[in-house]
Amino acid sequence: MTTDLNVTALSVFIFFFVLVTVMGFVASRWRRPETMAHIDEWGLGGRSFGTWITWFLVGGDFYTAYTVIAVPALVYTVGAYGFFALPYTIVVYPFVFMVMPVLWKRARDFGYVTAGDVVHGQYGSRGLELAVAATGVIATMPYIALQLVGMTAALKALGLHGEVPLAIAFIVLALYTYSAGLRAPALIAFVKDIMIYIVVIAAVALIPSKLGGYANVFASADAAFQAKGSGSLLLGSNQYVAYATLALGSALAAFMYPHTLTGIFASNSGNTIRKNAVLLPAYTLLLGLLALLGYMGHAAGLKLDSANDVVPALFQTLFPSWFAGFAFAAIAIGALVPAAVMSIGAANLFTRNFWKAYVNPQVTDAGEAKVAKMTSLVVKVGALLVIIFLPTQFALDLQLLGGIWILQTLPALVFGLYTNWFRAQGLLAGWFVGFFGGTLLVWINGLKPLQPVTIGETSFTIYIGLLALAVNIIVAVVVNAVAPGKAVARA
Amino acid sequence: MDKRFGTAACWLLIIPYIGLLWVPFYNFHDPVIFGFPFFYWYQLLWVPITAFLTWIAYRSMRNDD
Repeated sequence: MTTDLNVTALSVFIFFFVLVTVMGFVASRWRRPETMAHIDEWGLGGRSFGTWITWFLVGGDFYTAYTVIAVPALVYTVGAYGFFALPYTIVVYPFVFMVMPVLWKRARDFGYVTAGDVVHGQYGSRGLELAVAATGVIATMPYIALQLVGMTAALKALGLHGEVPLAIAFIVLALYTYSAGLRAPALIAFVKDIMIYIVVIAAVALIPSKLGGYANVFASADAAFQAKGSGSLLLGSNQYVAYATLALGSALAAFMYPHTLTGIFASNSGNTIRKNAVLLPAYTLLLGLLALLGYMGHAAGLKLDSANDVVPALFQTLFPSWFAGFAFAAIAIGALVPAAVMSIGAANLFTRNFWKAYVNPQVTDAGEAKVAKMTSLVVKVGALLVIIFLPTQFALDLQLLGGIWILQTLPALVFGLYTNWFRAQGLLAGWFVGFFGGTLLVWINGLKPLQPVTIGETSFTIYIGLLALAVNIIVAVVVNAVAPGKAVARA
Repeated sequence: MDKRFGTAACWLLIIPYIGLLWVPFYNFHDPVIFGFPFFYWYQLLWVPITAFLTWIAYRSMRNDD
């Protein structure tokens, strides 16, 4: 892959980057509220987003720049197994349809902003609230850092090396998120998502015709896997359980993250969320087609230093430079939207479940908004420093653990919507065992999220997140049944 | 099921979980359509199917809030 400066590509890139920067700052006037000095306005866009805004925002926030780079890279490296992202992002929506409107209603009725608020309101336990909120923050931090990895891949392909362009892009993002809050990524998401749709549709329509059709794309990938002796077009029989549990576990975890929950809480009704569960799979179709870019990389005979370069290298090799610039801009802007929403989600958690709970319980609405704004800046600078000073692998490992961690908050957050049977101590014990047990298993398996299991003659691997969730629920039920009861508080 | 949480049509939403999480249903190469092995087009096909089933469930509980 060439990484020299290309003036045409760079000009197109800069045009779009400036466009979204202007939009980010203008966003503070978009759908202007009576006051921005309230966390409901800064952190949730006034809970007023209708079907279309929610569709663009959640789509732009859930299908991140890192996804655009990493899913094809995984498919390029391992083949069929990397495709688990497709069943994952399909089965997530029936879950969203059934659960999220109920959660949204609870949050709206009681004025909750975060998962921690919901849990505290349900169980009246500061301990459980802190566990859920802290899990949310530490699972999100490496996720923000990975958006920078996606952006770096795009910048590198444009010939922009080093940390300075990355730092500039991120500081600009931090500034307009500070002033406009969730309105900034919501407005930018329109541009980002439309650009990504154009890029992917062009790629899946045009690239195969240059590479001899899809039949040849699959055949070349198959040949490449056989030549290197790893990876395949179909799953091995020992991969079935891993594939299915990764898909299910990731789907259950996806909407426990602060950034996806922020998108849910910001919508204006349960009906909006249900409608989005019908409409959001459009992005999944896009993701499925995008994953095939990994195979196209084999068909195009790319020579890559890193699998993460497969998407940029394909665009650079097969598209005219103006369109390559457009595609890289789409990926880089694609990193800004999720990074902004993630930092807002983390800032909301810190403000509501730490600052208000422990530092200043009398904080005013305006004070909350101020703390959240400052926190969002700190979070983004932190992520930037992690990427600049620590090895990328560190962020990758933490993000993988983050998925397992965030899944352990599901019982505390969701069960209480349907039953009052559970109490804080049981759920906290379950969370504790799931969180630390899951982390330990990942550590033992050499930072891989899969645990080998042998039953009789058959051996397979299972996703540790789902395994930890099962133990989490069992512990919660047992402790709850055994421990002496106490009246449920509903603040 | 409690009317507060869903209607009978919501039970349709279990179908995608069965269709996608039971891997032996679709881990095959043939039949190939438009160059796509079965494994790939089968899973891609579940995207519109799931959206359609969710739409049916949505119609059954519209204006519930």
